[in-house]
Amino acid sequence: MLAAIAALLTVSIGVQVVRDRGWQPYQPQTALLWFQSGPLLKRVSLGFQNLMADTYWIRAVVYYGGIRRSVEKNRDFGLLDPLLTFVTTLDPHFKVAYRFGAIFLTEAYPNGPGRPDRAIALLQRGLEASPATWEYSHDIGFVYYWWLHDYKAAARWFERSAQLPGAPVWLKPLAATTLATGGDRQSSRQLWRQLGDTDIDWLRRSAQHRLLQLDAMDVVDELNRLVQRFTSREGRPPREWRELIASERLRGLPLDATGQPYALDPLTGRIDVSPQSTLWPLPWPREGTGPATP
Amino acid sequence: MRAIWFVAGAAFKESVRDRVPYTMVVFAVMMIAASYLISELTAGQDLKIIKDLGLAAMSIFGLVIAVFIGIGLVSKEVERKSVFALLTKPITRPQFILGKYLGLLVTLVVNLSVMTVAYYLVLFYMETTATATMRASWAAPALDPRQLIAIVLIMGELALVTAVALLFSTFSSPLLAALLTLGLWVAGHFNHDLRQFEQVVDSRAVAALARGLYYLLPNLAPFNVRAEVVYGIPVAASHVGLTLLYAAAYVAALLVAAIAIFRRRDFK
Repeated sequence: MLAAIAALLTVSIGVQVVRDRGWQPYQPQTALLWFQSGPLLKRVSLGFQNLMADTYWIRAVVYYGGIRRSVEKNRDFGLLDPLLTFVTTLDPHFKVAYRFGAIFLTEAYPNGPGRPDRAIALLQRGLEASPATWEYSHDIGFVYYWWLHDYKAAARWFERSAQLPGAPVWLKPLAATTLATGGDRQSSRQLWRQLGDTDIDWLRRSAQHRLLQLDAMDVVDELNRLVQRFTSREGRPPREWRELIASERLRGLPLDATGQPYALDPLTGRIDVSPQSTLWPLPWPREGTGPATP
Repeated sequence: MRAIWFVAGAAFKESVRDRVPYTMVVFAVMMIAASYLISELTAGQDLKIIKDLGLAAMSIFGLVIAVFIGIGLVSKEVERKSVFALLTKPITRPQFILGKYLGLLVTLVVNLSVMTVAYYLVLFYMETTATATMRASWAAPALDPRQLIAIVLIMGELALVTAVALLFSTFSSPLLAALLTLGLWVAGHFNHDLRQFEQVVDSRAVAALARGLYYLLPNLAPFNVRAEVVYGIPVAASHVGLTLLYAAAYVAALLVAAIAIFRRRDFK
């Protein structure tokens, strides 16, 4: 009897394997959300709204991760914001959905939808649900600081966060520094180190990546200073690394933390990380400014 | 009282014969599997999701048992004609009904207790394997004893649903009884809307009718404090006490109604 069951199951698996070679379940070209309203979803969940929120959270994580890993050129993150709205409507205390959701939303295209405005709106909803949670104000400040480069607004939110119960002591000085000096790299490092202090692999990796980018920005600035010196001396920028290495007595071709050589533009002499490096593009404070042109 | 326990014992044994304890095994396997799999997909929210899943599963499994065993408690005996043999013994009809109810209640209590142990074992595993940073990010400790409040209230809700199923079982077919019980369970979760009906309708009569239905239909939403315990939000003792008192009163009313209907039934 058992042998018969095993044999029949094997046959059914075999048939399935053969069928799957020529058939795929229908997938709409653009992903669909069957429900359009969070409050409606909450009603029909019949008391299981937290479980429903967990399901939608897993869907949001898989959706975001799936698109990020996809090789498609035209990445569409259109459902990310509605999915996060569902999660937080169903479970208004779902802290991670607000905090990580904001990180997903802010990531610049093609790694994310590049919507800091939606991230701020999401975090503000979190703040409405739990006004005493310092992390939401801190994260809004972070979005203003890192993505929008609005240091006045960032300082205001850091200050507000610092006044909430349980806020770390470094928030108050950070607010003051941000207001006084704008987006200096030391503050950026402090923020990323704080975000990276987690057991969640991808967030830690993301923070480490940002810290490496900040280090690379320091090196690029230093190298561009050398280019400037070369240009004033020679009356033209260096055309290739060999010239700069020889004149500035560098130890060799400078490499970034990923092992890629920095790129030197032979026309302008401008130095930046190589587009082949995983650190490219560097998050310079304002779009288009990039590393200082010598 | 002995007669009631006799019927209760028989009902409990029957539920065991109906393979009800298998649900406990399914629950334990599901919890263990979830604790392994979910961490890969939840971006650091495994504990919250395990708690949500565990408490929801206890509620759903309990509901399925309460409805699908409850609806057959009386009607099955009538269909099989075993009710004749039972009622020839020194057992009155009220004792039969109360015994049946108690038997299923014991089944549910045993089931829920075993599921609670499995649930806490999985949480204990998560507690012991978590790092200090993970623990710091938890809204409430893994082994927070306040979760027992939610489980007690789930039991209260199931006691009420069982009484509803038993009531329908005394006068209708199992299929109809299942539909009616599930219908009332759904209505019980939408009940709160009836209370606010007067804010959306102009007719005072309709508003009064809605308010009447609000008080008449079982109100099941207050039994759900799962979200609160998962986040460590305090649940007032008075809320728990009054909700359990409400369940006791409502169950008593349903049992009296079931007894009254069953007394009048003619099995000839």
